[in-house]
Amino acid sequence: MSNGNGSTAARVSRVPRSAIWLAVAAVLLGAGIVIAVSRSSGGPQTIEQKVQAVASGLRCVVCEDLSVADSPVQAARDMRAEIERRLRAGDTPDQVTDYFVSRYGEWILFSPPPHGIALIPWVAPALALLAGVAVVVSMLRRRRRRPSSEAVRVTAAERARIARELAALEEPE
Amino acid sequence: MIDRTEAARDPEEARGPDRRWRITVLSLVPIVAVAALLGFGLGRNPSDVDNALVGTRAAAFALRDVHTGRTLRMSELRGHPVVLNFWASWCVPCIEEHANLISAWQRFGDTGVVFLSVMFEDSPANAADFERRWGAAGWPNLVDPGSRTALDYGVRGVPETFFIGPDGVIRAQHSGPVSYDIVAQDLAPLLKRSNPGMAAGAGP
Repeated sequence: MSNGNGSTAARVSRVPRSAIWLAVAAVLLGAGIVIAVSRSSGGPQTIEQKVQAVASGLRCVVCEDLSVADSPVQAARDMRAEIERRLRAGDTPDQVTDYFVSRYGEWILFSPPPHGIALIPWVAPALALLAGVAVVVSMLRRRRRRPSSEAVRVTAAERARIARELAALEEPE
Repeated sequence: MIDRTEAARDPEEARGPDRRWRITVLSLVPIVAVAALLGFGLGRNPSDVDNALVGTRAAAFALRDVHTGRTLRMSELRGHPVVLNFWASWCVPCIEEHANLISAWQRFGDTGVVFLSVMFEDSPANAADFERRWGAAGWPNLVDPGSRTALDYGVRGVPETFFIGPDGVIRAQHSGPVSYDIVAQDLAPLLKRSNPGMAAGAGP
């Protein structure tokens, strides 16, 4: 009897747990798709689009907080011209970026390179998300466990008392 | 199974102090990590970046000298220490630096050291005005169309100065205006390299 109750309680808590993991998987998958789509976005086609793509990844050397694509200063215009010249000469966008990195170091990359200490801003959001999910999951599990455990706690001493009092109720009649 | 055995015990008693410790430690870890990162990052100047080119071969160039109209090539300068200065007439620190370069050039110009200026985002007319006002430079002033040479040298602003050895390798780089002493200091090892007899008298 109590065995039957226990297993239904366990089953009740097990079903939502798999639902939680399903939800977590869905969120991660969705985030992955969003990242993949925003990264590829069909691939730049024309020279102008390629120049724009390379330029938006490079720091304007004299203004620093703007990308080469966004800065109106002459130095950034010269950098865009250099990007275009190299692309027209047959370099791939990666080779053009590598040229600027070879001259300026990784400082010139507008997004931090995914290695070394600059890996932190790439990894930290994912870690924070996982930590958040872990907290939510453990809270949900605890909340689910509590009512079933209290139900079990009643059994030993109080079951006898309930039986006694029920018997006492029945006696007068 | 695990659920039921845990449920049978008092939940507070079973994981009270243990759990509280774990929560404290787990919440302290990210706080300490972020504090350490901020402590590390905020103590540094983000624009104070090591030049990637010191120790590498100086990039080749062929640029026109506004004084003579002649084209000057990096490859012609082998065997000479080179002071390569990127500057602009619109750059205020360049005015102060100009006087220092003139005295350095007067001291080292005839000891085999080649002084070169490269204009950064500027016009020959503006450069001529600048020299009329702040003193003529006795060394070549080169036009850099499209800033291609400045990009090859990773120039991030003016003035910026490179000290290139007689072997064509960049030995030092200086962002901001150079003083006479900086030029003398950075040239000293290069003079030793090109002519052992010359380094001794590095004073003005």
